[in-house]
Amino acid sequence: MADEINPNGKNGNKVGVLEKVTAGVKEDIQALKTDIPAKAKEQIEGLKDPTKTQVYTSIFRHKHDDTPRNRALGVLSNVFLHLHPAKINRDAVRYSYTWGMGGITFYLFIILTYTGVLLMFYYHPSKVQAFRDVLYLEHDVPFGKILRNMHRWAAHLMVIGVWLHMFRVFLTGSYKKPREFNWNIGVLLLVFTLLLSFTGYLLPDDQLGFWAVTVGTNMARATPLLGHEGPFGSVLGMTPYNDVRFGLLGGSIVDANALLRSYIWHCIGIPIVASVLMMVHFWRVRKDGGISGPAPVMLAAEADKPRRGPKAAGE
Amino acid sequence: MDWRQLWEICSAPDNVPIVGLIPLLAFYIYLAVKQARANDVLIEQLEGDAALAKTHHRKTWPFKPGWQKEVHVWPFLLRIEFLAAIIVTIILMVWSITLNAPLEEPANPNLTMNPAKAPWYFLGLQEMLVYFDPWIAGVVMPTMIIIGLMVIPYIDTNPLGSGYYTWKQRKFSISTFLFGFVILWVAMIIIGTFIRGPGWQWFWPGQTWDHNRLIYEVNRDLPDIFGITSNIGKGIFGAIMVGGFYLVGGGAVYSLFRRKMPKDFQRMSLLQFSLMAFLWLTMIALPLKMALRLLWHIKYVWITPWFNV
Repeated sequence: MADEINPNGKNGNKVGVLEKVTAGVKEDIQALKTDIPAKAKEQIEGLKDPTKTQVYTSIFRHKHDDTPRNRALGVLSNVFLHLHPAKINRDAVRYSYTWGMGGITFYLFIILTYTGVLLMFYYHPSKVQAFRDVLYLEHDVPFGKILRNMHRWAAHLMVIGVWLHMFRVFLTGSYKKPREFNWNIGVLLLVFTLLLSFTGYLLPDDQLGFWAVTVGTNMARATPLLGHEGPFGSVLGMTPYNDVRFGLLGGSIVDANALLRSYIWHCIGIPIVASVLMMVHFWRVRKDGGISGPAPVMLAAEADKPRRGPKAAGE
Repeated sequence: MDWRQLWEICSAPDNVPIVGLIPLLAFYIYLAVKQARANDVLIEQLEGDAALAKTHHRKTWPFKPGWQKEVHVWPFLLRIEFLAAIIVTIILMVWSITLNAPLEEPANPNLTMNPAKAPWYFLGLQEMLVYFDPWIAGVVMPTMIIIGLMVIPYIDTNPLGSGYYTWKQRKFSISTFLFGFVILWVAMIIIGTFIRGPGWQWFWPGQTWDHNRLIYEVNRDLPDIFGITSNIGKGIFGAIMVGGFYLVGGGAVYSLFRRKMPKDFQRMSLLQFSLMAFLWLTMIALPLKMALRLLWHIKYVWITPWFNV
């Protein structure tokens, strides 16, 4: 009502707001024209050196110019690499000594985990579907054949790698003090590698796997005390329906339950246990003093003399 | 010579790893022997030269002044690991492109594969089934192998040869391991793969796998040869034979150690020594039992109502 009484005042007031808004907008546009390009230019300049961005510095905690400190930090500040020390004895990198077999075995385990997870997308551990899934994988899934091939051959290579690793460790006497315990972990890992391969053998559900696992688990029948055909087994009341083989297969023959059991052992049970043992194994390599050699040779005359410690000093 | 048959066996996809394992193992044995020999020469030199032994000249690749003692893991180790990973990936890719994983007919419990073979890495144990009952070959032996491997660090008291290849300082342990790994494990796998055909019969390489072949073989038990007929007699006889093997064998090992390795014997506790002797004799019993079977057709040595050895 008051506005109608004083139209000038009303108009004047309105013009005032409009002017303010226009002036403000003009100012903003002016700023857009000058400040933003300047800021953008500055920031684009900054992007030319991405190592200065917050994202980058939050990921990489140190500089990368080639200094001894940065070389060390590159290993120590990386969770995947920090199992390595920053520096090692210059001879320890001689692969004619280690053959690289332990590392290759671990790398094959990673490949097997990767290809194995992909295979799991296409596989049902049931008697009806398992074999068909493998056929489907071989003939219809893009790259399915090479995926299965890689998983199979990497598994065989891993078995060979583990054996050669053990062979090298024995020949270099690397199981001797202070690495006795780690040798034991290694033996367990050898067993689990073979078991991993063995449980995977049944999964295609073909004649090869079926009979190999039948032959393999038939031996469990003969377990002393715990198998129904083993020594003293029948005395203890073992039958084909309650002995250790029944427990392994989930039945008295290799059938649907055996397929499911070996699938679960193969994909979940054993990999978890093996991974834990691997962590211990690698950790102990570090804690036991790193790679065992090539160490300085010891002479027979020094064999029974302590080389370090108070006894060596006291004598 | 049936070359086609030989090719079929060697090129069966699952046998390819074993075909590959043979040259691979030969190469690594060569590599180890080469380095062991170099170290042995150095050890001999140091033992003859007390002044040199006091210097740092303790490796076949001795440290030279001016060298850094330690190198950075990045890049000197990581580049090797990276290269190794790439090479393994390439090998695996090429192998996977050129050779398909085996896939037979769907599993059929009514159609027995002949020969039905375990996975190749267990064929050594399956070969043992010819000579031993399943409870020994399939259960006791694998357990003994695992336990035997695990106690190695605790019964090998020889402090020499830790961290370098050598033969002269560890003759007994290295020959034992080579025998166990190369002869008893790998060679048995090779026999199980390439020699054993239908019915698990022995076919020489190149001999055609004849599914109808019958071998007329009469296997006898050792007590029968000695004319022992009663069950109690057989049990007692076998116990004496097996026990005698371990007793006489133990004596032989003791005599060997006392004469040839007195220092090692001195270092070992009685428990260590008897454990080592027991495991060693058990390992030796394997080829002995094989010889009894292959040469004299002897099936069992010890027969009881509960188990046979």
